[in-house]
Amino acid sequence: MIYDALIGPFTEFEFMRRALAAVIALSLAGAPIGVFLMLRRMSLVGDAMAHAILPGAAVGFLLSGLNLFAMTAGGLAAGFAVAILAGLVARSTGLKEDASLATFYLASLALGVTIVSIKGTNIDLLHVLFGNILAMDDQTLLVVAFNATVTLLVLAVIYRPLVIESVDPLFLRTVSRAGGPAHLAFLALVVINLVNGFQALGTLLAVGLMILPAGIARFWSRDLTVMICLAVVAAAVSGYAGLVLSFQTRVPSGPAIILVASALYIVSVLFGRVGGVVRQLFPGRHLEA
Amino acid sequence: MAALHFRNVTLGYDRHPAVHHLKGEVAPGALLAVIGPNGAGKSTLLRGIVGILKPLDGSIHLGGLDSRDIAYLPQSTEIDRSFPISVLDFVATGLWRGTGLFGGIGKVAREKILRAIASVGLNGFENRPIGTLSGGQMQRVLFARVLLQDARLIVLDEPFNAIDSKTTADLLALVKHWHVEGRTVLAALHDMEMVRTHFSETLVLARGPVAWGPTAEVLTPENLMVAMRMCEAFDDSAAACSADDARSRAA
Ligand SMILES: Nc1ncnc2c1ncn2[C@@H]1O[C@H](COP(=O)(O)OP(=O)(O)OP(=O)(O)O)[C@@H](O)[C@H]1O
Ligand SMILES: [Mg+2]
Repeated sequence: MIYDALIGPFTEFEFMRRALAAVIALSLAGAPIGVFLMLRRMSLVGDAMAHAILPGAAVGFLLSGLNLFAMTAGGLAAGFAVAILAGLVARSTGLKEDASLATFYLASLALGVTIVSIKGTNIDLLHVLFGNILAMDDQTLLVVAFNATVTLLVLAVIYRPLVIESVDPLFLRTVSRAGGPAHLAFLALVVINLVNGFQALGTLLAVGLMILPAGIARFWSRDLTVMICLAVVAAAVSGYAGLVLSFQTRVPSGPAIILVASALYIVSVLFGRVGGVVRQLFPGRHLEA
Repeated sequence: MAALHFRNVTLGYDRHPAVHHLKGEVAPGALLAVIGPNGAGKSTLLRGIVGILKPLDGSIHLGGLDSRDIAYLPQSTEIDRSFPISVLDFVATGLWRGTGLFGGIGKVAREKILRAIASVGLNGFENRPIGTLSGGQMQRVLFARVLLQDARLIVLDEPFNAIDSKTTADLLALVKHWHVEGRTVLAALHDMEMVRTHFSETLVLARGPVAWGPTAEVLTPENLMVAMRMCEAFDDSAAACSADDARSRAA
């Protein structure tokens, strides 16, 4: 009975196994990126960037229909263009990065929706906006896995400068020139993972599997490494539970995954060990020293 | 060879100079105090020295040091205290020069880090997140990082601001130890008593050099009065500097 509900769908259906593999790859790479986005107070930047990807994906869609490969390439190109442009504008004018991104991404989103609606149907638009993880073919799955691998490798390389730049940017600036490149590489990783999430969850929710797990993790640990591990676990659990929920109830898969993650988030806000609401209301007696 | 050589350097923001036409040399191993009223340009000068502010004119020569041989403690840091990083890991970033991108932190390095933390009197704080420290404790942490940077030139911008006398004495002892080790130390300070008793050389700054030399000769009421008066006016609509004009005409 429980087996039927929780494991059966995956042994029985190929497309569920693929979806599960995809969601785990997304969690492994996306959640650490999300933790850094959150700690660098760039959560909304991630969100903005997700919209910026749309026109590129839409051009891919215009050229070759609902071909995920073409849409990925287009999305990557658009995402990089916006990320780098916004980064350069911010660095050369002293405008805050989020402000310059906001302008770019609003224009991109409008452009993207326009392009999709010129050629496609409303179904296509829905697909682009909310994704369909249950329609993964082998090729797409490979792309997702490849992107995840690249992310983890690059993150390993830029980890230290990224941490230092997040804590004390002035210090990094005085001892090294690695700060700028590390920041740009990080933005590139954000884009790669958004495109990745885009396959499964669509433009609007892609960022959810990055940011929500990070938000969950911060309520359970004060240590960066632990936080990253927790975020990965939270993302994978949400992905799995979301797929099961979607399978059993016919809720669309993307929203189901994000809903589970949101539920975990609410539980963490309430009961989290670090700054959770209950912990603050009933802190216990103070210690001796 | 001088540790620092100012060649008629002018530093400022948006073409407005904050430090005018500074010339002179700092000898290697000098212990130099930079004093002057608020807005005198002390922080500006130090930013120029560590290379985060490009001179408007002239140049600063570092006598063969590159930027990694300099340790800089800014007046107001941009540290994100809410970032989840422990005192140990934070201080360890001072080893950046040796470890670079990948180098792990081995046993020897760990020993070094622990010793640095101990010598600023923070034993037992190694695993505390930096967000939970008091202001003075954080200042000690920053000193520990400077200690690990093992730099030839150490630049401190008002390092004892809002620090109690015990901590000040401890940190000042570190500064003097650096001097004994032959490192060049520059510090912007407001405490004249401290300058008089502990710093051999002083630069009085007031948007330009007022006096520079042995502390006993330079730190006079007259010089301080002059500095005070020179800092009072700041003209936003100032014309282009005439000293510059004279030179560009000559050229
Ligand atoms: N980022 C900036 N942009 C524009 N002007 C600045 C900037 N920073 C400082 N200034 C101006 O440059 C002048 C020198 O400032 P600086 O910070 O070097 O003074 P200071 O001697 O360090 O003073 P304090 O004792 O208050 O720290 C001041 O008039 C100040 O208004
Ligand atoms: Mg200052």
